[in-house]
Amino acid sequence: MNRHSLLAAALLLAASPAAAQTIAITGGTVYPVSGPAIRGGTVLIQNGRITAVGAGIAIPAGAQRIDATGKWVTPGLFESSTTMGLVEVDAVRETNDYEIRDVAPGSGDQVAAAFSVADGLNPRSMVIPVSRIAGVTTAVSRPSGGLIAGQAVAIDLAGSRMEDMLIGGPVAMFASIAENSRDAGGGARGGQSMRLREVLEDARAWARSRQAFERGETRDFSVSRLDLEALQPVLAGRLPLAVEAHRASDIQTVLRIGREYGLKLVIVGGTEAWMVASDLAQARVPVLVKVLNNLPGSFESLGATYENAARLRRAGVQVAITSGETFKAYNIRQEAGNAVAYGLPWDEALRAITLAPAQIFGVSDRYGSLEAGKVADVVVWDGDPLELLTRVSHVIIRGREVPLVSRETQLRDRYRQLDDGRAYRP
Amino acid sequence: MAGGGPLPGYLLHPFPLCRPPSSAPGEGAAYTVFPPHLPGRVDGAYNGASSTIFRDGRIPAAILSMHQEPNPMNRAPYALVLVAAAACSQGQARPASRPATPAPPPSAATRPAANPFPSTYRPFASTPTLIRGGTVLTAAGQAIPNGQVLIVDGKIAAVGATVTAPAGVTVVDATGRYVTPGVIDDHSHLGVYASPGVQAHSDGNEATSPNTAEVWAEHSVWPQDPGFVRALEGGVTTMQILPGSANLFGGRSVVLKNVPSRTVQGMKFPGAPYGLKMACGENPKRVYGQRGGPSTRMGEMAADRQSWIRATAYRERWERWDRDHTGNPPERDLELETLVGVLRGEILVHNHCYRADEMAQMIDMSHEFGYRIRSFHHGVEAYKVRDLLARDSISGSLWADWWGFKMEALDFTRANLALVHEAGVRAIVHSDDPTGIQKLNQEAAKAMEAGREIGIDVPDSVAIRWLTANPAWALGIDRWVGTLEPGKNADVVIWSGNPFSVYTRADQVYIDGALMFDRMNPNRRPRTDFEVGLFPAEAAR
Repeated sequence: MNRHSLLAAALLLAASPAAAQTIAITGGTVYPVSGPAIRGGTVLIQNGRITAVGAGIAIPAGAQRIDATGKWVTPGLFESSTTMGLVEVDAVRETNDYEIRDVAPGSGDQVAAAFSVADGLNPRSMVIPVSRIAGVTTAVSRPSGGLIAGQAVAIDLAGSRMEDMLIGGPVAMFASIAENSRDAGGGARGGQSMRLREVLEDARAWARSRQAFERGETRDFSVSRLDLEALQPVLAGRLPLAVEAHRASDIQTVLRIGREYGLKLVIVGGTEAWMVASDLAQARVPVLVKVLNNLPGSFESLGATYENAARLRRAGVQVAITSGETFKAYNIRQEAGNAVAYGLPWDEALRAITLAPAQIFGVSDRYGSLEAGKVADVVVWDGDPLELLTRVSHVIIRGREVPLVSRETQLRDRYRQLDDGRAYRP
Repeated sequence: MAGGGPLPGYLLHPFPLCRPPSSAPGEGAAYTVFPPHLPGRVDGAYNGASSTIFRDGRIPAAILSMHQEPNPMNRAPYALVLVAAAACSQGQARPASRPATPAPPPSAATRPAANPFPSTYRPFASTPTLIRGGTVLTAAGQAIPNGQVLIVDGKIAAVGATVTAPAGVTVVDATGRYVTPGVIDDHSHLGVYASPGVQAHSDGNEATSPNTAEVWAEHSVWPQDPGFVRALEGGVTTMQILPGSANLFGGRSVVLKNVPSRTVQGMKFPGAPYGLKMACGENPKRVYGQRGGPSTRMGEMAADRQSWIRATAYRERWERWDRDHTGNPPERDLELETLVGVLRGEILVHNHCYRADEMAQMIDMSHEFGYRIRSFHHGVEAYKVRDLLARDSISGSLWADWWGFKMEALDFTRANLALVHEAGVRAIVHSDDPTGIQKLNQEAAKAMEAGREIGIDVPDSVAIRWLTANPAWALGIDRWVGTLEPGKNADVVIWSGNPFSVYTRADQVYIDGALMFDRMNPNRRPRTDFEVGLFPAEAAR
């Protein structure tokens, strides 16, 4: 792997203003994901970027060294469907910023395409550190609810300003063709797809007649001007439409509509995706899979199986594994580990929580693997990262080491001793 | 009451003989969700409208769920008279402590029936089996590499490095694998919130009154819930099915053996005592706040105490009548019969409670009325009052890491189980979830890791107790299950590797010595009625 240890000085675009630091992680087994494991490898980080990966790399004087001997080094984990940064306590509605009323059940037009979660992101959310210190460095934070929930962003899980966390613009428009969005279709599946087509037709027609629209010379459109505008990159096939769908036939409906409008699709959930794996492979549509999902919990998920991810991969479908969690997003590695237990090769499982989601959401030029030039999101583990008894040793986000502290560890330490029987120590 | 309170009545009562049971086959189901769309969860609360389960957070008020318990009874096929008799005694709604009386034989309508819904469970056919070569975690403290477990007549006959096996015994090679007791979940809603989670299956919360101590979970359990089979595939041999947490008094639980059955009676664990589901905190006041109350925590405590006062008076009325036989016997009251069962120590209290301060209040209330709390469930803040739990011998039925779904679940730490364990409390990993129940071994592993981070190193041989021996104790069935010790029921799991590895799966699961699940043998993989013919064109799943 020596020859992979390119120096990429030209790519040293500062990812974060305060990341002017050189870190050398040495001695560990490096799992770049983009290539084979490197025993005794080094990961060199300068100014927020990875500048070299390989064995026998020269370490600049003054570099901070992290001795990873006996440890495993991987890219930071990438959770692809969460509301991190958009909620503090789920049942405390005032802290919820992932769903707007337009798409709440029984109200509004169920379309919130213009709604971006970005301005609602709270970099100081107490929820973020809990998963960050468990190795989750990157997330797609997404809106929820209705037929079209709105625009999701990819974020690095460190920073004090939203701009410091964001990875470019919106990475996907989230939508749902599932039982949870039946309100949008008048209560029937055919109604859902009718409504989705209506909205897409409106967006297409509006784009052709903007001036007339501004003069008030067009017919009425079924959604707001802002929504119509927000849908243009989706219609252009530039912004992925990430559609939650579970029943095999619903997934096929989404594929059908995608073909009709030339959409770039992602299937979210896809409980029965394995049953239509060849359709997905043919259409080159990836799936975000929640692995621990094997109950026929509804009539749209009768085919639920722990082997979903493995079967999809065998059919050639791109798969990212998601915890689907916000408070417990750290369980993404447990999800990936279980995918291995149910047939997915280990390398594929690691890829499904690193490089695969980065590719699906269009940020793999900077994220998802340990390669020179990529943003330095790196985790050092004391063992197999998919194993439950493995502990995080170091977390580096945008080239800076993150202290392994969260509100959860602080409470733990506060109550480590109950010295005098009083409630808590000052 | 520091650890010295009266023993539960079911341990003291003489054992009346009881009827031999008949048997029946059956199974169950559960619900599932895809989480990304909705992060919220509510313990036992299920939102049937979208494919989402709220575990304990946002509960659509109309659809709350709670817990209940089962009523196991007869275990006829067992040779041990003591066991059989003990089992019977526990199924009785109001046994012993009342002297046999020559009074006019009361009819069922006037006098509580001893055991109106008796267990009809009988073990499935088994052959003498020797499991050898694997690492045996007995849950009684031992880890035996290359150990042997001998099963005869549905019981553990011997455990050790080598045991003497009879000729003709079936030998199972467990080399490279692990052998443990069957997994026990003391907090499940399988059957009462069955899969598919449609509104028609929402049978876990009788959310019509803050006190529904009169309802029994077994009357809601659907034995065809596919979740039962999924749990079996995860090594679960016994579970307590609870009513939900919408009510202060949710009703009675039922302890079930995880076997196929047409009826819930065919699953009831013979001899297991009933439990009473209680709840404090956010759920009841959210559900009843706009419906006549209680609308505050202080209102909840007042309503609880008033119920215990009525129960105390009811018990006295019966005791007086049993003594004097003057006039008519007191009128039967199903709600108060259950509460009196608690006061007599015959019914075990399983108390849903998150916050430390509320657990302390519940403990004081138990002292005021003279009952014991067997286990706090969820107990996200149990670590803050682990000394109080230890003092009263209250177990902690906890998650490894659930949090954030509501205010009272905010102060979690992943070290909760380890801290509680270290303080001498019986720590239990519970699921409250049809998916979580399948991976309780993994939940334990996560909690072990969190403990190691702060120097609490719980070895495999001890951590296995979190999902076996300790829940067995919480359910009052530890005489029969929970460890691999001679004389115990042969509820055994053979794992493909160390059960605390994410890559490990249950290979074989035995219940009372009978092979109920074998991953390698499709004929030993039960399927519920619900799952028959779901995919005419997709035969192979």
